[in-house]
Amino acid sequence: MPSTSKMVPVPSRAIIPERDLNATPILEVSHLSVHFGGLNAVEDFSIIVGRTEIAGLIGPNGAGKTTVFNLLTKVYQPTRGAILLDGNDTAGMNTVQISQAGIARTFQNIRLFQSLSVADNVKIGLHNQVKYSTMSGILRLPSFWRSERRAHDEAMELLSIFNMQHMANYKAGSLPYGAQRRLEIVRALATRPSLLLLDEPAAGMNPSETEELMANIIKIRDMFQIAIMLIEHDMRLVMGICEGIAVLNYGKIIAKGTPEEIQADPAVIEAYLGQKKEA
Amino acid sequence: MQMKLKLTGTKRTRSNAITYGIVVLAFLLVQIVDGTGNLTSSLRGQLVPICAYIVMAISLNLTVGILGELSLGHAGFMSLGAFSGVIVSVSLQESIVSDPVRLLVSLVIGAVIAGLFGIVVGVPALRLRGDYLAIVTLAFGEIIKNVINTLHVGIGRNGLRISMTDQASLNLGEGGTVIIQGPIGAVGINKTSTFTAGIILILVTLFIVLNLVHSRSGRAIMAVRDNRIAAESVGISVTRYKLTAFIISAALAGAAGALYALNYSTVVARKFDFNTSILVLVFVVLGGIGNIRGSIIAATVLTVLPEMLRAFNDYRMLAYAIILIIVMLTSNNDQLKQLIQRATSIFRRNKDSRRKGEESTHA
Repeated sequence: MPSTSKMVPVPSRAIIPERDLNATPILEVSHLSVHFGGLNAVEDFSIIVGRTEIAGLIGPNGAGKTTVFNLLTKVYQPTRGAILLDGNDTAGMNTVQISQAGIARTFQNIRLFQSLSVADNVKIGLHNQVKYSTMSGILRLPSFWRSERRAHDEAMELLSIFNMQHMANYKAGSLPYGAQRRLEIVRALATRPSLLLLDEPAAGMNPSETEELMANIIKIRDMFQIAIMLIEHDMRLVMGICEGIAVLNYGKIIAKGTPEEIQADPAVIEAYLGQKKEA
Repeated sequence: MQMKLKLTGTKRTRSNAITYGIVVLAFLLVQIVDGTGNLTSSLRGQLVPICAYIVMAISLNLTVGILGELSLGHAGFMSLGAFSGVIVSVSLQESIVSDPVRLLVSLVIGAVIAGLFGIVVGVPALRLRGDYLAIVTLAFGEIIKNVINTLHVGIGRNGLRISMTDQASLNLGEGGTVIIQGPIGAVGINKTSTFTAGIILILVTLFIVLNLVHSRSGRAIMAVRDNRIAAESVGISVTRYKLTAFIISAALAGAAGALYALNYSTVVARKFDFNTSILVLVFVVLGGIGNIRGSIIAATVLTVLPEMLRAFNDYRMLAYAIILIIVMLTSNNDQLKQLIQRATSIFRRNKDSRRKGEESTHA
């Protein structure tokens, strides 16, 4: 299942897939730090993600993984450090601008538009893709009909990735848990991102659902040719589909590398299992 | 699958059509009852206020139900629309002879003025959330009431004159007309509002609000209501869409105010106080938050009810309050809801099986 592209080192001791070597990395984070009062939630975080890479971000609870996502999407402004998206500095941008620049995300605790239909949730994701003015919406001008038809078609097409077209008219809040997680991914994809951030996509899923999700994540990457960065505790998923992995502990990167390297790294083993007792 | 999608599409348009239909039907019914001479004069006098309150309820439902923000100063926008509508109507008495045209101009300008104040209040206030916004809008309503209470407006040779002190300082000269006299309010208004105009305003309001809700902007507004963080993450500007909904809501309240004021010969600022704001909020809550059709029905019933309760004399408001409490309790009763749900599901099942039968015969 994982792509067979060889991992090669690039400057600043980061690695990206060989196939992405000739293009600007989609994400280049250097020395990113954020302090909340006296707490260094994230300290000196640097990473490079290739254009079509599936990257993993792992670490024990409270290590600062979600904080990294919140920094990338400007929910928090970093205290220090730079985030380059496709070679462009994102300093001074807000969440809305980041979305338009091409980063989409899902949330650890699902954040759907609960009272709206599944189709409407996806159409809201298409907000900046299929546009018309408030006035033409109220007056039902031709641009309204044209754009609504397009939005509907595109929403259905996106839902079909997960075979969810038949759920289009259900209330999002009434969907089973796994479907809600999938809908969040569809909504994120609707913004046409170049980098998709998934925050614990397999949380609460059973082994067969997780298996399906792994196949779908790869399918999405291949279909849209985008980079995906995911936070996950399910090691089978992380080791199965991630090409490059960064391990975070107490806000600092303690290891970076391929799945094989990470599994053999003593610092990682210590962070997860604790220090070996001296005999 | 495609079949099912289309079905909900028509269901939505059908639901909207029912709402428009109810309004048109009510209009025809009143015309027939009035034509046969069965309409009591007290009820006839209430027709235009009912229309104004319905527009108010729909407009507040846009803020409370669709946008999900609590506003306690909606009467303030109604007041702005009312007095600017009156000023326009009196000023244009000579230049526009046709009553309906003058009414139309008054309504539009009332809506524009209220909408402009919607921007002024909305830009700072919509940064606040929940209780804080409620307090700011409450204060806004009171400020508007007190300012208009001290306002003197007149029209003379030198055009429109405004004074905050007294009537004498208006300096209107010979042949000038005083339009607003501070606490006495606006007097000598030419009644131009009609029931027909009220119904048309309701239909226009419905057209604007229902079309807004089922459009890109409406979805963005509801997305902000359901989950602000998620809305931002998909690139929706929260402030922009909150403001859009708030301004439209304020403008509609302004039009309702103008319609209301031009139905009387005098109107005072005290009429549009906190109690009016709460009254409209009661319409919205009772009709169901976010439920436009419910707002229409609640506004009608609760405006007519006090008149119906005249038989109770001194205990009228007591009876009104008790009825409100009973309705609130029963409409939130789970057992009652289940009963209704069961009844409708039986009805729906019958309809579905009938439809299936039809499909199989077609096949």
